[in-house]
Amino acid sequence: MTIGVVDYGVGNLFSIYNALERIGAGPKIATEPEELASFDGIVVPGVGSFGRCMRQLSRFEPALREALDEGRPILGICVGMQVLFERSEESPEEGLGWIDGEVVRLPASVLVPQMGWNTLSIKREVEILDGISDDDFFYFVHSYHCLPRDGRVVAATCDYGQKIAAAISVESLFAVQFHPEKSGEKGLSILRNFGRLARC
Amino acid sequence: MLAKRIIPCLDCDLAVPQGRVVKGIEFKEIRYAGVPWELATRYYEEGADEIVFLDITASSERRETMKNVIRATAKNVFIPLAVGGGIRAVEDVRAVFQAGADKVTVNTAALKRPDLISEIAGEYGSQACVVAIDAKRRDGPGEGKISVSTPEGDSWFEASFYGGREFSGVDAIAWAMEAERLGAGEILLTSMDRDGTYDGFDIPLTDAVSRRVRIPVIASGGCGNPDHILEVFSKTGASAALAASIFHYGEWGVGEVKSRLAERGINVRI
Repeated sequence: MTIGVVDYGVGNLFSIYNALERIGAGPKIATEPEELASFDGIVVPGVGSFGRCMRQLSRFEPALREALDEGRPILGICVGMQVLFERSEESPEEGLGWIDGEVVRLPASVLVPQMGWNTLSIKREVEILDGISDDDFFYFVHSYHCLPRDGRVVAATCDYGQKIAAAISVESLFAVQFHPEKSGEKGLSILRNFGRLARC
Repeated sequence: MLAKRIIPCLDCDLAVPQGRVVKGIEFKEIRYAGVPWELATRYYEEGADEIVFLDITASSERRETMKNVIRATAKNVFIPLAVGGGIRAVEDVRAVFQAGADKVTVNTAALKRPDLISEIAGEYGSQACVVAIDAKRRDGPGEGKISVSTPEGDSWFEASFYGGREFSGVDAIAWAMEAERLGAGEILLTSMDRDGTYDGFDIPLTDAVSRRVRIPVIASGGCGNPDHILEVFSKTGASAALAASIFHYGEWGVGEVKSRLAERGINVRI
C-alpha cells in the first residue's frame, strides 16, 4: 500500500509525512499530477488561504478526479477539506465543487481562528472514525468552516460557537477540518483507518 | 468545547551537539534539565497539548542544531511544535518549518521590526505566528503607558528583548494589541518577574492582556503547581498555560497536572 501526499507548494508536509510513516503507510510525496495514478490512497493537505490552495491545486484536479472516480480513497485535511466545496468567503477562486455547499467564516462570537483541541460529536458510524468516540480531542486550527448543502455528508461535528462540520465521509471521499497528524494517538488512529480503507 | 492547553516549554542551549534543555530563574541562574527531543517525547506521551522550543543561544551557527532537534522530535511527537529564538526573517521561518515545526515565536526581531509579524502571517497564516512578549513590571503608572492595578499598587509593564537582557521601553500590553493588529495568531506572555520562581502566574498582567486581544493568550512564568494553572484559567482569559521547571525537574507530570485540573472542573484534554 502506498499513500501519496499531494505537494502543491503550500506549506510543510513534514508532519503528515512523519505521521503516515509512523503508521506504516509508506508515504510518498507527489509533486506532479502524473504520480497520483500509482497511489492506493491520496492525502490532500492544506495550509494558508483557500484561494492560494486552489490556484496551486488546480493542475492536480484532473488526476484527483480520476482517483475519485476509480474509488481510490482521498482524505482532505483542513483547507484540503474546504477546497472540496464550491466556494469560500475567504477568496474569489472557485473550489473543486465535489461537495455541494460553501465555506464561511467562523462566527464573530468566538475567538478566530479556532486554535486548539476540541471534541467531536459523531453523527454517523463511518470507517474513517473507527475507534473514535465523542470524548476524544483533536487539534483544530482554522478561521473558516464548511457548510454542506446536504447535512448527511457530515460524519462528525465540533462545537465552536455553533456546530462546525469536523469530518465528512461520502463514499471514498473523506475530509477532516482538524489535523489528524497533530492530534496525538487518536489522530494517528484516523490515519490508520484511512490506510486500511486504501488497502481494500 | 475547546480545551485549555497545557504547554511544556523547553529552553534549549544549542552549544552542545544534541542541544540541551536548561531553565533559569528570573531569566538567570541556569540549570540543566535534559536532551530536547527526549524530554519533548516524554511530555507528548504524558499528554502535553503542544511543545515550545526556545533557542536561548540564538546565534546563527546553532541553527543547524535546532533543525536537528526539531527533526528528531517531529518523528515521535504528533502534536503542534512551536519554535522560537533567533527568528529574524521569513527565511528563518521556512527553515524551521521544513524541519517539522508548525509555529514560530518571534520576540526581539518583531519588536525591532514589527512588519515581520505581517510577513510571517502573510506567508504562513496567522496561526503560524506566535508573538512572545517578556514583560517586566514597572512600579507606578508610567507616562503614556497602560496602567494595571495590582495588589502591590499601579504598574505598567515593559517589554524586554534579547532574552531579558535589554529593555525596549515599549508598553508590553500595547505591544500585544499591536501584534494582534499586525496578524499575530497568539500571544505568548511571560512575566519576567515570576519566571522560574514557582510563585504563580502574574494574574493582573495576564488578565490585562487577555481582556484586550481577541487572539489566544498563553500565560507563562511562575507556574509552581497545578493550582497556579487553575488560578490563571479561573481569573483570566488565558487559553493556555505554559510551564517549564515543574515538568523538567520531576515535581509534576503533565498527565498529573491535567487530571488535577479536570477534577477541579477545567476542560482539558485527558
